[in-house]
Amino acid sequence: MASSSTNPLPDTALRPAGGPPFGSLPWAAIAQVAQRLLWGALSIGLFAGLWELCWALGWSDPKLLPPPHVFIGSIVDQAKFFNTVNRWQIGAGVGSGPSPAMAVVYTVLSSTGRVLTGLVIAFTLAITTGVAIRYFKLFERLTLPTITLLAPVSPIAWLPVAIFLFGIGNGPAVFMVVVALFFHMVLATITQIEGVNRNLINVARTMGATKRQIYARVVIPAILPGLFMVLRMNLFGAWMVVLIAEATGVGYGLGQVIMLARNTFNPSLVFFTIGLIGVLGFSFDFLLRQVQRKLLYWVPREVLSGL
Amino acid sequence: MASKPVRPFSSKDAVVCRSVGKTWAEGTPRAHEALRGIDLDVAPNEFIALLGPSGCGKSTLLYLIAGLEAVSGGGIWSFGDPVEAPSPERSLIFQETSLFPWLSVWQNVSFGLSLQGVPADERKEAARRALARVGLSEAMDKRPDELSGGMRQRVAVARALAMRPKVLLMDEPFAALDVQTRAKMQDFLLDVWRSSGASVLFVTHHIDEAVALADRVVVFTSRPGRVKTIVPIDLPRPRDLFSPEAEALRRHLTALLQDEVDRAFAEQEALAAE
Repeated sequence: MASSSTNPLPDTALRPAGGPPFGSLPWAAIAQVAQRLLWGALSIGLFAGLWELCWALGWSDPKLLPPPHVFIGSIVDQAKFFNTVNRWQIGAGVGSGPSPAMAVVYTVLSSTGRVLTGLVIAFTLAITTGVAIRYFKLFERLTLPTITLLAPVSPIAWLPVAIFLFGIGNGPAVFMVVVALFFHMVLATITQIEGVNRNLINVARTMGATKRQIYARVVIPAILPGLFMVLRMNLFGAWMVVLIAEATGVGYGLGQVIMLARNTFNPSLVFFTIGLIGVLGFSFDFLLRQVQRKLLYWVPREVLSGL
Repeated sequence: MASKPVRPFSSKDAVVCRSVGKTWAEGTPRAHEALRGIDLDVAPNEFIALLGPSGCGKSTLLYLIAGLEAVSGGGIWSFGDPVEAPSPERSLIFQETSLFPWLSVWQNVSFGLSLQGVPADERKEAARRALARVGLSEAMDKRPDELSGGMRQRVAVARALAMRPKVLLMDEPFAALDVQTRAKMQDFLLDVWRSSGASVLFVTHHIDEAVALADRVVVFTSRPGRVKTIVPIDLPRPRDLFSPEAEALRRHLTALLQDEVDRAFAEQEALAAE
């Protein structure tokens, strides 16, 4: 697998099937990662540097747009605003609850948990529904028009429904993620099924496969790469929806912290939280890419990274 | 279907086509006729090349014989039985790679057996034997994307052979390969054909390929595809493709095909002018 970066050998039937030799230590890969990190640091540094410059020249008001060194410098101070759970309880003071560091961890974990739960539920439900729609004509006729109708509805519009159905807590936030992803992913599943290479299906048919075998053994593996791509593209959407759900009071979490920062006019807290969300979204995408690589072992790595 | 009198045929024949017609999207405004009145008898272990201009429906005929598509008129029989559905007895090999990319080579080769619920060790043994016949024993555990184009097509042939087919249907299987690989693959195919005892129907638009491989070459007209003529290739095997006889056959086939290509072009231009 480590050989995927070597050039493909000329296309000839005479080539011995030994495969290209494996390198002893992946120095090339290490250098590549180091280079990517360097550019990443440079890009963020440039952005932060310009911001700092604006502050130094007095162009931006530090009360409204505190530069990075200010809001990062006050991390410890800001962290106590995280995990707002206890604050809504009668008799609990601002100082009560976990230590500031643990408060940040709790808040991050609760938001992450909602996104993750929502993603898993939406992915499973959507694939099942999409495959069922293509498999059973009657099911398609009964459900597809409704799904197509609901797909363009903005997830924000579902927010009241989420609160009616689930009240406050994890339920409505997870529901929002599922609703934001489900309809799109059902439609994507159907499109993917239509795009399955006909030859693969025909091969299975000539070998006497039943309809069920064709779906289980050919269609589902064939659509997984495309669906994973859709999942990754919707990941950021899921994060946005969770933040909105949290901000409008259906629970605690990063969205709630942003709301708190707004209400208490605390720009440092806003920017600190935005930074945190950015890092989280990025790491999530990275993790999902690793999962994708493991799960879709047959898709060439160049294709996956290009997606 | 039975109401029409059908020219008699032997139940020993590997494939029999009688007035086979195919119209795609029948009964809709987009309907177009791909094949008309195809009559063809293929003997057991005979090698037939189907030659014609592109779009003449020769691939369609393979799909019909495979049972993947239903005929619009006429009938097809294989060893006396009417063709109504796909069967492992008639394997189709496609132009592009049709290996399952998520399965290893041996799992690909034994895919048909796994559909029948054959246990893994038995399947692996069958795959080993089939791969040995195409000279790829050492590629058992590789994945398709680790193989070259020629090797992938050999795996596809091994997968077809593992089903012990009586008829091998090949839809321009070597079209995507470079010239040297193609020549190797032709030799390889002739070996497989001889040892398997199967009949081969081989779609190509290369005259050289048809002359090198086939016992008989079926030349198609342009759309809708009809059998223009059937040219027997009576060259002894192994064939000397530079002999005057081979050269004469190539000239003859080129002339036959040129008419049809010209006609197809004129039609397309007339359509574009409309």
